[in-house]
Amino acid sequence: MSETKALESMIGEEYKYGFTTDVEYEDFPKGINEDVVRLISEKKNEPEWMTEFRLKAYRAWSEMEEPSWFNATYEKPKFDTLQYYSAPKNKPKLNSLDEVDPNIRETYEKLGIPLDEQKMLAGVAVDAVFDSVSIFTTFKEKLAEAGVIFCSISEAVQDHPELVKKYMGSVVPARDNFYAALNSAVFSDGSFCYVPKDTICPMELSTYFRINNMNSGQFERTLIIAEENSHVSYLEGCTAPMYDEHQLHAAVVELIALDNAEIKYSTIQNWYSGDEEGRGGIYNFVTKRGACRGENSKISWTQLETGSAVTLKYPSVILQGDNSVGEFFSVAVTNKKQQADTGTKMIHIGKNTKSTIISKGISAGRSDNSYRGQVKISKKADNARNYSQCDSMLIGQTCGAHTFPYIESANPTGKIEHEATTSRVGEDQIFYLQQRGISEDDAISLIVNGFCKEVLKELPMEFAVEANKLLGIKLEGSVG
Amino acid sequence: MLELKNLHAEVEGEGIEILKGVNLKVNKGEIHAIMGPNGSGKSTLAKVIAGHPEYEVTDGDIIYDGESILELDPDERAHAGVFLAFQYPVEVPGVTNTTLLRESYNTIAASRGREELDPLEFDDYIKEKLDLVEMNPDFLERSVNTGFSGGEKKRNEIFQMAVLQPTLSLLDETDSGLDIDALRIVSDGINKLHGEDDAVVLITHYQRLLNYIVPDYVHVMLGGKIVKSGGKELALELEEKGYDWLESLAKVNGEAK
Repeated sequence: MSETKALESMIGEEYKYGFTTDVEYEDFPKGINEDVVRLISEKKNEPEWMTEFRLKAYRAWSEMEEPSWFNATYEKPKFDTLQYYSAPKNKPKLNSLDEVDPNIRETYEKLGIPLDEQKMLAGVAVDAVFDSVSIFTTFKEKLAEAGVIFCSISEAVQDHPELVKKYMGSVVPARDNFYAALNSAVFSDGSFCYVPKDTICPMELSTYFRINNMNSGQFERTLIIAEENSHVSYLEGCTAPMYDEHQLHAAVVELIALDNAEIKYSTIQNWYSGDEEGRGGIYNFVTKRGACRGENSKISWTQLETGSAVTLKYPSVILQGDNSVGEFFSVAVTNKKQQADTGTKMIHIGKNTKSTIISKGISAGRSDNSYRGQVKISKKADNARNYSQCDSMLIGQTCGAHTFPYIESANPTGKIEHEATTSRVGEDQIFYLQQRGISEDDAISLIVNGFCKEVLKELPMEFAVEANKLLGIKLEGSVG
Repeated sequence: MLELKNLHAEVEGEGIEILKGVNLKVNKGEIHAIMGPNGSGKSTLAKVIAGHPEYEVTDGDIIYDGESILELDPDERAHAGVFLAFQYPVEVPGVTNTTLLRESYNTIAASRGREELDPLEFDDYIKEKLDLVEMNPDFLERSVNTGFSGGEKKRNEIFQMAVLQPTLSLLDETDSGLDIDALRIVSDGINKLHGEDDAVVLITHYQRLLNYIVPDYVHVMLGGKIVKSGGKELALELEEKGYDWLESLAKVNGEAK
């Protein structure tokens, strides 16, 4: 077998999170109309303003066209047969972990996310979202002592309506784009985090998203607010069972950083990616955006994207405050017939704003991996600076890597640098490492980890090991 | 230790035969030099012994420590003690020299039943070896061969040899691209590493390396075969006469086949 073939076979390792959990679901009608939107709002016992927010978004969405400008081809989701809300039965408000459905608890155990605080990674609080609802949030009391609010977005609507009302939709307006509008109409759950003034959040916050139900979409909504002089680090992880049908995941994430505040948002995305022939897998159509509203504020996005059949995702930063900083660190791995069109937008508005983009794309199999990024320097943004570096690595002969940078500068003092490279994992590189006694699997793992190093080091320490393991799973396997 | 028997090899899938029946015997404690003009098959020979997948052995055998290694993967051959210092060492961005060498060392140690070293022990061990090739400790934290000059890459290969302690070292044009000082340092390193229990095969164009590393045997390769073997004086003869006078010998051998 030639090295290239061996490479291609070894990256086809099986998906380890593809099991389903046997859970009884609440009945909910399929398809979407105003009644369905009202019903979701009613199920969640929402105040009038929230219902209105949803209805407005729904009306906007129903007049919008599904976009098709990205570098991916796929069968469009069937919006009229999709189920927009999916909650396990018997879910009253949970006060202790013992009340969580044992099947669901076991699911999280299997995924390596025990919800039992004793067993958890010290220093990490978890909000576990199962299909459309938040199941449990750990370490709530400990966080509350520091004044940090970390709960599901549903709870936040009930308990902190003034904050939700003020900030939700302020970064990603309901009519921002097709999928954001849909999410705004039907979002079911997600995480909410509020860090008060002068507070450094005492632990890592994380949300673990799990899609279980075959016919439902997942529309979660995350809202993070960091007040003046505060700091928070947040991580999300995602997995889903293996089904032959595609499932839709359309999330909206909004981050708001005020004066001198810093938000670090990391994603380890490992949704089911479909099989060799491209059957099944998640459509990951997500709108993520952060606003550096305050002076000297900073927002960092770090993502490790390994799953999903199709990913369309551009975590962005609007740099409004003077001296604010936006960062985007990304590793996107595609294999089999996966398609990823991902990148970022850095919109410079304030003076002396600075952004950094480091993107590493790895394509294997018959996949397609595109980086798409926009850097925009507006008229008032004196002395804005951007540095972008986009590197692509190809494994095998049948995959594709593309780079689409868009640069706009309306201010002559702006400085923009863009670097891009493309390399191929070659036989010679693997042979060199093998000659030093390292197996072919380990050689590829070493080469890929070296390639991604600048990004992986940005992940919170607690998750670095998980990230390395995930890259391993994705790129290792039996050598034929 | 190493015996090549009528070794034939071609480029995989292309049917172009490069090695056309190489016979060679290397014993423990010996240094052999293989010389020959460009395209004679010297580098291919080294790669075939190390198991490069680009080449297919179509006839003959490679016997190492009494057993055929034809079926072994390159990493398994490395575990058995075969080391190839590359003519063109490969860059591995983002992977430091230390990371690579610790992984190499421990993998080989594990397969040979030697004790593996933890990062701190390894750090001490590896620093001792730096002096051998007069390398700056900064090298350890740099990505493997990335941004190294030609000479630094070659020196790094010998440093790796020092760390991994192979029993059969194939040095493919280690002297090319080295200035005279670096050549001396590298040669001294190789001489210090070589002992009674290992063998060295030097592949080179030039006699000048052999002023520093004195071989027990010199072989001349032409047209994919070893056409003449002799003692160290053969190298001097080649330096004087060039390879032309051996061409006829290659032809005779070719027809005799």
